[in-house]
Amino acid sequence: MTVELRELHRSFGGTVALDGLSLTIEQGELIAFLGPSGCGKTTALRCVAGFERPDTGAVFIDGADVTRVPANRRDAGMVFQSYSLFPNLNVRDNVAFGLRVRRRPASERHDRAAELLELVGLGGFGERYPHQLSGGQQQRVALARALALQPKVLLLDEPLSALDAKVRVNLREEIRRLQLELGITTIFVTHDQEEALSVADRVAVLKSGRLEQVAPPAEVYDRPATPFVAEFVGTMNHLPGRVSGETVEVFGQTLPLDGAAPGVEVDVLVRPEAVRVTPSADGRGFILASSFRGSIARLRVQLDGGGEVLADVPGHEAVRLAPGLKVDVTLVERPVLTAPRTAVAAPVEPVA
Amino acid sequence: MAGVTWRRLTLGVAAVYFLVPLAIAVWFTVYNESLGFSLGAYGRIVSAPGFGESLLKSLLLGAAVIVLVLLLALPALLAVRLGAPGLRPVLETITTLPLIVPPITYVVGIANALRGGTDALAATPFWQTLISIQDENFPVVLVLAYVMLALPFAYRSLDTGLRAVDVRTLVEAARNLGASWPYVLFRVILPNLRSAVAGASFLSLALVMGEYTIAALMGYRTFPVWIVTISGNDGQLSVALSVLSLGLIWLLLLTLSGAGRKSK
Repeated sequence: MTVELRELHRSFGGTVALDGLSLTIEQGELIAFLGPSGCGKTTALRCVAGFERPDTGAVFIDGADVTRVPANRRDAGMVFQSYSLFPNLNVRDNVAFGLRVRRRPASERHDRAAELLELVGLGGFGERYPHQLSGGQQQRVALARALALQPKVLLLDEPLSALDAKVRVNLREEIRRLQLELGITTIFVTHDQEEALSVADRVAVLKSGRLEQVAPPAEVYDRPATPFVAEFVGTMNHLPGRVSGETVEVFGQTLPLDGAAPGVEVDVLVRPEAVRVTPSADGRGFILASSFRGSIARLRVQLDGGGEVLADVPGHEAVRLAPGLKVDVTLVERPVLTAPRTAVAAPVEPVA
Repeated sequence: MAGVTWRRLTLGVAAVYFLVPLAIAVWFTVYNESLGFSLGAYGRIVSAPGFGESLLKSLLLGAAVIVLVLLLALPALLAVRLGAPGLRPVLETITTLPLIVPPITYVVGIANALRGGTDALAATPFWQTLISIQDENFPVVLVLAYVMLALPFAYRSLDTGLRAVDVRTLVEAARNLGASWPYVLFRVILPNLRSAVAGASFLSLALVMGEYTIAALMGYRTFPVWIVTISGNDGQLSVALSVLSLGLIWLLLLTLSGAGRKSK
């Protein structure tokens, strides 16, 4: 079942939430809508669910125009950000709610609920009530409930953001496993880039209700289509560079350009892992701070000419590359992206 | 330790304040200097003309008020909460109005409207409607007036209940699973609002069982009106009636709040 968003526009008062969003989600694909808050990702999802109606534009599910179909007649299962289980029903009745609405016989409801609870790893929890479950368990039940009707599309609205970091990672892997197993077309809304990159087949990066880029995770990370994507996904250094022909000169190195440059004086965009730091008494800067993250250490290097560079080095080098050490900074030889000149050598931390 | 003492003292003073007059009242109804101990006053109530009739009438009015006030307030509250949160202060103000306007004003207004309406509608089929809502056996016009009086209490009780649940998410989850709007209201929202609905119902009922001004001035013999009429010349009977109606309302309260708690 494919889902197609065609030229969706939606504003709330003076705020534009969707500004001509067009996107096709393929059969069996897990697509992540990623962007800062207010970028329209949740509004887009709610248009698919039927909780919002676009001002103009259309939503197609499986080729059929559902723009004017009310939410209760769309074939889309949804998991919400906040815990949405019915507090007065036990887990089994929660999962079987949709079947009950459709007046299926009790035996079928029981069997289906048991089967789904088994699927999400909560077999034997049927008799419990939502308030007796942890946040992660509640979201598993919500997932089972959304899947009970075998919907054409699964809609996940930041389903993990209310959970602890560890539960979050476990559950997102489980969601991905289930999604692959069932082959269900899925839209996963998140503001967490790591989440988006780790589970999705494709990531759609949104900004101000428009699509900035839609591509597989590796491509979004390595070849961001716009400076916004480059800065929102991962961490990006902005280094002053000078373009000449097909190359750009930065830190005395000449690197090939990736795509067209916006001018002569530009910002060269470099990921921290593409920056090499070596101890050198007459280097161009010194280590200002170091934060150890296990497999890597992120160094903040103060440049003599002003500005800072972030660099990721292997974790075992963290002891040798201690704050205060005079170092030299070089860039890995590979094509680089450029953006209009903004600041002098200032790294940009991701928004989320 | 000081806290416990303080709590007990406060509780004791409050208990004395409420229980002593109550105990004296009960004693007064069952003890007579000339006759000694007797339950005669209570016997006289049950056998007094109009007891069952007026009590039943008030209970029926109460039931009608509860149904109507819930049907009116709950969808309105939900609609405002889900569709137009900006209108909440407006709704809040409107539902406080019945508390501010004195009941006597309602009586004058309603009586004038009914009189004027009867004249104006005399030649139309609506005349019959106007007459039938004033039926002595079941005065619909009183139900309408009481709904207005009960609105502030029902609104506040329901509003507190709705605040405790994430209505929007529950509604959307149910809609997403195929539930129609009536299904959402009766099978999702109401079960999660049981104690709030019970509270609203009880307050409405208590209001109907205790309202005198409007009913008396409009000439309807509801239970409170009957109490006043019947007890005029029999001191013991009138106090026995107060004790009885207190006990009755208390019993209803326990039943309703019990029904509200069962769901938890």
